Amino acid sequence: MSASAQAHHDGPPADYLSESTVKSWLLTTDHKRVGILYLISVTIFFIAGGVLAGLMRLELMTPRGDVLGSPDTYNRMFTMHGVIMIFFFLVPAIPSVLGNFLLPLMIGARDLAFPKINLLSWYVYMVGGIMGVWILMHGGIDTGWTFYTPFSSMYSNSMVLTAAVAVFITGFSSILTGLNFIVTVHTMRAPGMTWFRMPLFVWSHYATALIMVLATPVLAISIVLVGLEKFFGVGVFDPRLGGDPVLFQHLFWFYSHPAVYIMVLPGFAVISEIIPCFARRPIFGYRFVAFASVAIAIFGFLVWGHHMFVSGQSMYAGAVFSILSFLVAIPSAIKVFNWTATLYKGSLSFDTPMLYALGFMGLFTIGGLTGLMLASLALDVHVHDTYFVVAHFHYIMVGGTVMAYLGGIHFWWPKISGRTYPEIWGKLSALLVFVGFNLTFFPQFLLGYLGMPRRYFEYRPEFQVLNVMSTAGATVLAVGMLMPMIYLGLSLRQPKNAGDNPWGATGLEWQIESPPTTHNFHEPVLVTCEPYLYSPEEAEREYAHAQHVHSA
Amino acid sequence: MSSHPHLGQSKTAHHITHHITPVKTYRIIFILLGLLLFATVLASELPLSRSGHLIVAMTIAMIKAVLIVLFFMHVYYSAPLTWVIAAGSFLWVGLLLAFLTSDYISRGWLHNILGK
Amino acid sequence: MHTPSTSTAPDSGRQILLSHFDDLEQQNLSSTLGMWFFLVSEVMFFSGLIAAYAVYRGLSPEAFHLASRHMDKWWGFANTLVLLTSSLTMALAVRATQTGDRRAIVRNLLWTAVLGSAFLGVKVFEWKAEIDHHLFPGKHFVVPDHDEEHLKEYLEKTDGHVDPVKLEREKGRFQLMFVLYFFMTGVHAFHMIVGIAAVVLFALLTHFKWFSGYGQTQTESLGLYWHFVDVVWVFLYPLLYLIE
Repeated sequence: MSASAQAHHDGPPADYLSESTVKSWLLTTDHKRVGILYLISVTIFFIAGGVLAGLMRLELMTPRGDVLGSPDTYNRMFTMHGVIMIFFFLVPAIPSVLGNFLLPLMIGARDLAFPKINLLSWYVYMVGGIMGVWILMHGGIDTGWTFYTPFSSMYSNSMVLTAAVAVFITGFSSILTGLNFIVTVHTMRAPGMTWFRMPLFVWSHYATALIMVLATPVLAISIVLVGLEKFFGVGVFDPRLGGDPVLFQHLFWFYSHPAVYIMVLPGFAVISEIIPCFARRPIFGYRFVAFASVAIAIFGFLVWGHHMFVSGQSMYAGAVFSILSFLVAIPSAIKVFNWTATLYKGSLSFDTPMLYALGFMGLFTIGGLTGLMLASLALDVHVHDTYFVVAHFHYIMVGGTVMAYLGGIHFWWPKISGRTYPEIWGKLSALLVFVGFNLTFFPQFLLGYLGMPRRYFEYRPEFQVLNVMSTAGATVLAVGMLMPMIYLGLSLRQPKNAGDNPWGATGLEWQIESPPTTHNFHEPVLVTCEPYLYSPEEAEREYAHAQHVHSA
Repeated sequence: MSSHPHLGQSKTAHHITHHITPVKTYRIIFILLGLLLFATVLASELPLSRSGHLIVAMTIAMIKAVLIVLFFMHVYYSAPLTWVIAAGSFLWVGLLLAFLTSDYISRGWLHNILGK
Repeated sequence: MHTPSTSTAPDSGRQILLSHFDDLEQQNLSSTLGMWFFLVSEVMFFSGLIAAYAVYRGLSPEAFHLASRHMDKWWGFANTLVLLTSSLTMALAVRATQTGDRRAIVRNLLWTAVLGSAFLGVKVFEWKAEIDHHLFPGKHFVVPDHDEEHLKEYLEKTDGHVDPVKLEREKGRFQLMFVLYFFMTGVHAFHMIVGIAAVVLFALLTHFKWFSGYGQTQTESLGLYWHFVDVVWVFLYPLLYLIE
């Protein structure tokens, strides 16, 4: 190892937050600061997407369309909700915020391999994001986030072209992040940090990055072809001119199915860190969990056709895609079983991150199992394009990714900000999110099963009771998600009181100051042991000691 | 950061990471590529079936690509990881094409079963 | 491998080490690996186009065959040769960075840029001829009469009669070949323009001794990119020009 950063400083080096000029933030190449920039921007997009969701739920409280005025407004609303939530929140949320912040810390590196490209990825993301907001302000698009042709390329008169450019640009930010992560994991690991000593967080992010690099360009090209068709009127997907609209769906889902794993694998990453820490046990079956991430990334590319069972795709292709889809369940189940086995005989403590993680496990399991139902060719024909699908993917995306994201933010908040937050409020928010979420989306399984189609402005009166339940749940969910923004924000007014390692966690990131200094580590890092060396016996002894002190 | 005047040491590192290919190798590869290019144009004039032409043209293109990747892009002298990356990207294109075309090829098959 | 960090003045023949890396080997490996993974994503970008091409050519081989006859294969041949030569000069430029021969680097890079520009020049000339023949897709596109006759004959031969709907579809696919041709060669040309700009910039930077260590790492990455663009053309040439 070469000379450390300390050579430049006299006295204790300042933490990464200490410089506070706008310039120092906008020109930073520090991976931690870029993470914070992403944290702020994805939060803004999350709020925007959430407000749109709220308006939609308000509209759906009554069977008649009466809140938003016209079906067209409603169409634009659900499209913008989807576009913002997927491309501007879910895809970048965990990798770009927590991944950026933690990946170099966890492998003992001073930064990502390409710090400038990392900052560039944020700027590219912001350009795409600002275009997204501009589209929202000027009427939005009404194609659904899937941009299906020929509606998007021939009939829609909304701003499909601008949206295509925005999504294209945002895709590049995702590719750049993925590239950076892959190279960092390959070349920047500290001496002794072998592949099987890496935290599972890093493994999952590596798998995510692979998908980002392999899949995102295909989305880019399919979106460009739609734009091309719209702009020149050349009919790449226009049946009258010999084009095939189903081809668009193939190309689109070649990205967008793996993209589901871009969104949820980082969720697995967070959960794999939280569960061992609060169960005080080493993770059960480390290699299985690690390889499961890579397996999910690879299998994820073989199943895209299960989104197209009723699109005119060949029946035989449908059958093959259906069977292959069941393969993805294997590594996903391995993960859930291994987390459960980690909990077994653990010394559990139910702090806020753990509550979110447990919520994740339950909700992700429901989402995953209903995914198997949808992957069955025969069943999908009946529930396709109903609320059953809507409920299923919200259980994965919100119940999975958002729960994991919030759990991760609570887990690493002391490290990121150097401050603790009021535990009671944290627990309450986890509870509200869990209850509100289930109340919102479980009725939607029933609605879909009963035949309520998705993406409709009005519905039959007999569906109203379940819809009102869903809207009530959405209100609770909104409160549960606003709370962390408030109390975490307020915690910044306290002095830095978190200490280096408030959870007693293993992992390199907990061995340095909170918040970390600009160069992360003061001395060369040498890794000599496996991750997750927690001891349940020691935890028992500490607990007994605490009880003893308490009673005395 | 300090500077160490160990030029010799840095030079060894130099040689380990970069194998210097002789100019002769580059010339041979270039001539091979030229010949293959000529072969592909000539093959397009041959009286082959349509799929025969496609197979010949793609095989020659593949050989050319492999030569460029192995020697001009130094994969031949590189770490196994580079081999994996180069092969993996071809594999992934194959994956997309295989699944995509399997859908289009099998679309008419239902009618055969129904005896239409 | 453990190498001491260096921060000597530029162009002492040794590279500068960026502060977040431990040694030069790690730094070089990172940049090469980064370029390789970037190229993987480029491959996937082109694969979407190849996929569209495969599907439509599979559905209408005759229309694609007829459309392809409008491309001049000998111009394409000459252009491919030019591009392959530019790959050779690029490889020699990269080799010169390893041997530390600055004049050879600059000379080979400039040759690469010249050959790349020649390629683009021929391409522009070809495009212009096609646009003049109303073969640019869109409003002005006209299926030439003899090609329409061919398509009618083809349908007559396969179906026994000319179905007007099928004829329209075949004519659409004829145009689709040109959509894909212009888009694929256009995207390829865009990559060439970026590449040429970078090659000229690198030649200047090497000449003015801006790079440390003869720009070995940087030029090697640029070389990978240039060869990749060449590989793309190696596939595009038979797919677009040589359908017999």
